[in-house]
Amino acid sequence: MEAYIFDALRTVRGRGNNKGALLGITPTHLTVTLLDELRQRHQLKTELVEDLILGCVTQVMDQGANIAKTAAQQSGYGDQLCGVTLNRFCGSGLEAVNQAAAYVKSGFKDLLIAGGVESMSRVKMGSDGGAMAMDPAVALPGLFVPQGISADLIASKYGYSRPDADAFAAISQQRAAVAQSEGRFNRSRVTVKDINGFTVLDNDENIRPETTAEALAKLDPAFAMIGEMGGFNAVAIDRYPEVDHINHIHHAGNSSAIVDGAAIALIGNETAGEKLGLKPRARIRSMAVYGTDPTMMLVGPAPASRLALQKAGMQASDIDLYEVNEAFAVVPLRFMDDLGVPHDKVNVNGGAISLGHPLGATGCMLLSTLIDELERQNKTTGLVTLCIGGGMGIATIIERI
Amino acid sequence: MTTSAIINNQLSVDIDSEGIANLCINQVDAPTNLFSNDFMQAYVEAAQALIADPEVKGIVVTSARKDWVAGADLKFLGNPPADRELMLKGILQAHQAFRALEKSGKPFVAAINGNALGGGYELALTCHYRIAVNNPKIKIGFPEVQLGMFPGFGGTLRLPKLIGIQPALLVILQAQQLRPDKAKSDGLIDALVDSSEELFPAAKKWILEAGKSTQPWDDPKHRMPGGGLMTPNGVQTMVGGIGNLRKKTHGHYPGAQYAMSVIHDAIELPIDRALEVEARYFVKAFYSPEAQNLIRTGFFFVNEAKKGKAKPQGHEFYKVNKLGILGAGMMGAGIAYVSAKAGMEVVLKDASQENAEKGKAYSEKLLSDLKNKGRINAEQLEEQLARIHATADPLSMLDCDLVIEAVFENPQLKAQVTKETEAVLGADKIYASNTSTLPISTLAQASARPENFIGIHFFSPVDKMPLVEIIVGEKTSERAIAAAIDYVTQIDKVPIVVNDSQGFFTSRVFGTYTGEGALLLEEGVPATMIENVAKTLGMPVGPLAVTDEVSLTLGIHVMENMPKMSDSTRRMYDLYQKMVKDHGREGKKNGKGFYDYPAGGKKELWPGLKDLFPNNVDYLDKDTVGKRLLHIMALESYRCLEENVLRSTKDGDVGSLLGFGFPPYTGGVFSYMDYVGLAQFVAECDDFTQRFGARFAVPDSLRKRAAEGQKFYP
Repeated sequence: MEAYIFDALRTVRGRGNNKGALLGITPTHLTVTLLDELRQRHQLKTELVEDLILGCVTQVMDQGANIAKTAAQQSGYGDQLCGVTLNRFCGSGLEAVNQAAAYVKSGFKDLLIAGGVESMSRVKMGSDGGAMAMDPAVALPGLFVPQGISADLIASKYGYSRPDADAFAAISQQRAAVAQSEGRFNRSRVTVKDINGFTVLDNDENIRPETTAEALAKLDPAFAMIGEMGGFNAVAIDRYPEVDHINHIHHAGNSSAIVDGAAIALIGNETAGEKLGLKPRARIRSMAVYGTDPTMMLVGPAPASRLALQKAGMQASDIDLYEVNEAFAVVPLRFMDDLGVPHDKVNVNGGAISLGHPLGATGCMLLSTLIDELERQNKTTGLVTLCIGGGMGIATIIERI
Repeated sequence: MTTSAIINNQLSVDIDSEGIANLCINQVDAPTNLFSNDFMQAYVEAAQALIADPEVKGIVVTSARKDWVAGADLKFLGNPPADRELMLKGILQAHQAFRALEKSGKPFVAAINGNALGGGYELALTCHYRIAVNNPKIKIGFPEVQLGMFPGFGGTLRLPKLIGIQPALLVILQAQQLRPDKAKSDGLIDALVDSSEELFPAAKKWILEAGKSTQPWDDPKHRMPGGGLMTPNGVQTMVGGIGNLRKKTHGHYPGAQYAMSVIHDAIELPIDRALEVEARYFVKAFYSPEAQNLIRTGFFFVNEAKKGKAKPQGHEFYKVNKLGILGAGMMGAGIAYVSAKAGMEVVLKDASQENAEKGKAYSEKLLSDLKNKGRINAEQLEEQLARIHATADPLSMLDCDLVIEAVFENPQLKAQVTKETEAVLGADKIYASNTSTLPISTLAQASARPENFIGIHFFSPVDKMPLVEIIVGEKTSERAIAAAIDYVTQIDKVPIVVNDSQGFFTSRVFGTYTGEGALLLEEGVPATMIENVAKTLGMPVGPLAVTDEVSLTLGIHVMENMPKMSDSTRRMYDLYQKMVKDHGREGKKNGKGFYDYPAGGKKELWPGLKDLFPNNVDYLDKDTVGKRLLHIMALESYRCLEENVLRSTKDGDVGSLLGFGFPPYTGGVFSYMDYVGLAQFVAECDDFTQRFGARFAVPDSLRKRAAEGQKFYP
């Protein structure tokens, strides 16, 4: 049995701080905005949808107490619609899609909605606590470091320089600006409106088309101080003693932007599609997760992608387009070198550096961007991959129908 | 009316006419007041009686000794009960008893007249109020993590509840011992008085006027200063604290980690349940091999050595009133400084008056630094400096009790000054050489009285390095050994006694460390990795940096003087030659060694190393690199023991810790083999012999010990 993607939508992304356009919009509202849009676009028989799987990383406050069921209830899809919230950190949105696909392929469920949401302006990153960073019994033997230090460690170990990262970031901004101005996001991207129906935000708020590598070169490194004061540079070198010092190349301009947003995908089997009268846009060919060491943490996309390719019986060169989450510039840079993939196949419409990374939603957002772009270029195969905190990678391979 | 209620060998109790009890700790059979099982029992019984006595309004806990309570009785800690669960139960029972005192409704005041450290300060924290004499010599705090433990009798919980998580963690993790004024400003104590006489009246006044008998942790309205664990402040303190703990300890000090765990797991719990969590972690820390190693070597062995336990019996104390030093170079000048500091008259002789004065100027500089820091006053500076007499006259050695020769490492020169000095020195006086490379028995050939000829090997810088290696030549008498030990204890350093051999013990073993570093580099391990792995294991300096310090040219010189070079020594020699001859990289002294030494900047590994010694990160994993560096030192130490260069494993452990910074948590070179597991150690050395060369060959006797399941320490 195949798992088909009938549609994939995402909200616009607002800056995730007190000046962001979506600050006053709750994550429930963001999610319901997409559920409404999906219903309207397809005159969806919502009573056929069995479950809503949402990725969400910081599950406290607005996002606590199972936001998936909260949004399901609020959506008016019917009481039958269940909801489950999951957390695979930055891979959550894609994990939701993969779990939905696995339910469908196994035959246990016929039609689901999967995606993710994160209002980073309202629910601060890290406010959910957790043992990984602050329980000495875990963090000390685990050689925990913050992700920014991991990113700088990758740069230091593999020799990526500040200009490498800034150049990549500038390209991300340029590509996103072109994509936005050419309307490439229009198919999947949904405007966020207030309770009166007035538009709150109809564009991705974070894109800065004027960005140049030269301008980025002027920014101060973001993680130099915490690396020194928190002892984390030393922790990283304890784990990787071949590294002489941590080269702090990352800053606000070449790391993913903190934003608000949500994304969903409608996933089901052939019969469900027939009942809905919907033609699938793509099918999910394979998926994988792969764990890496928790200190370096962010090099998982390459091994996860290899595993997904292997399960699909494919080579890296068989993939037409890649979406590699730009958590930090060094992540896609390392991915491209590790897998031998050219930059013109990767993140052709920009990525999290330019558009932003709403933690729980991004995986599903990348999926919608990829399907749109495969259709636009009339290409067939695509791979979405994200690096994940704690040392994981996730990858999904899709194929247009 | 004054009643004398209880007197035993732990304490005495008096109750005055106003109902204020003086519970006076006075452990008459012990050198000082210590926190022990017997003490706890006596204290609780006395306190319970006072609580039951309706006449008593409050209890002042005083001390009749110089210390208030100096800390836990390590004799007990060094001989832990085999039943660990019983120990846990014992701690929990004691907590119950002390909690009953805290909640009795009667105020307890700690009246601190002397050191309140470790268990002593934990006792003070069970009191409702703490007053200390404002004497800068008094220390208050928690030194436990230095011995691999942490405050395990409530201190890890009560202190943060009292002063906040972050400041309490600083005291605990940095093993802070604070002066009373600092302890007051940091909140560890509540009030200061100027003299011991004022303590009891001040305590009494507080009881009669305020007398609050509720602990903060029993007060539901109390809020921890700085906020709780899950506040942004608390989270930041923990996350950053963990990072910095690894930076500092590289994960080798379980006590420090468990202190953080206690706070993480239990600080928000009700105190009685929290104490249970603390006790479980304490038992785990206390029985950890690291804590046992630190207690055994770092405390017991070092203290025994420091007290001169190694001194041969039947010799009177050899008091050195006047010390002669030949050669006012860096070592001679340092020896002059530490000896004058200990109150000896010092004659510092060099070939010229000018050089001798230069040597004396070194003491002046160190003393001025101390004066600038406020540690000594101008009078003390003058006094100490006046004890050093710079001279160029050999006759000045005439009435010295001991002469230490510290001239250049040149056998002819040394023979000449030996003869010159013995001509004037009293026939029964001891003559010592501070040589670090030349055999004592050879040097003694120049002596007319070889029985009085001995090696006293200081380490550089002399004022900082606590170890002194005493080297026994073929003809050195027991009396000379006894005298040398007495001298070293007089200058408050730690002696170990070793028999004559090339490099003695410390230089010989440490040479294998620098050598192994060079071989790793030559084989293709990146220099950065070698240096970082060494530091991660707890060595103070990487092998390549240390080689730079002593200089590659000295290394070449030493190897050239070896009767025969082994294959691996030949490889080191070639490597050093390549560095020195082909690239002019002699070491730190010419600013170019394995490292570059930019003027005014931090040293950095020489980029040219990568071309000279092509490397591959994946050639060896870091565990193998680390084990090669430490195993080779342990193995060489065992050879020293087998060849009778070392007279005991204790000397080896103490010497390795204090002489070249072998990681303290291992307990030293012999203790390290137990720590790794002797069978595993032998198996790994066998593997290394196959892969890396014969220098890892295991002596038969060591193999036998391993096969028999023996340990160096039970």
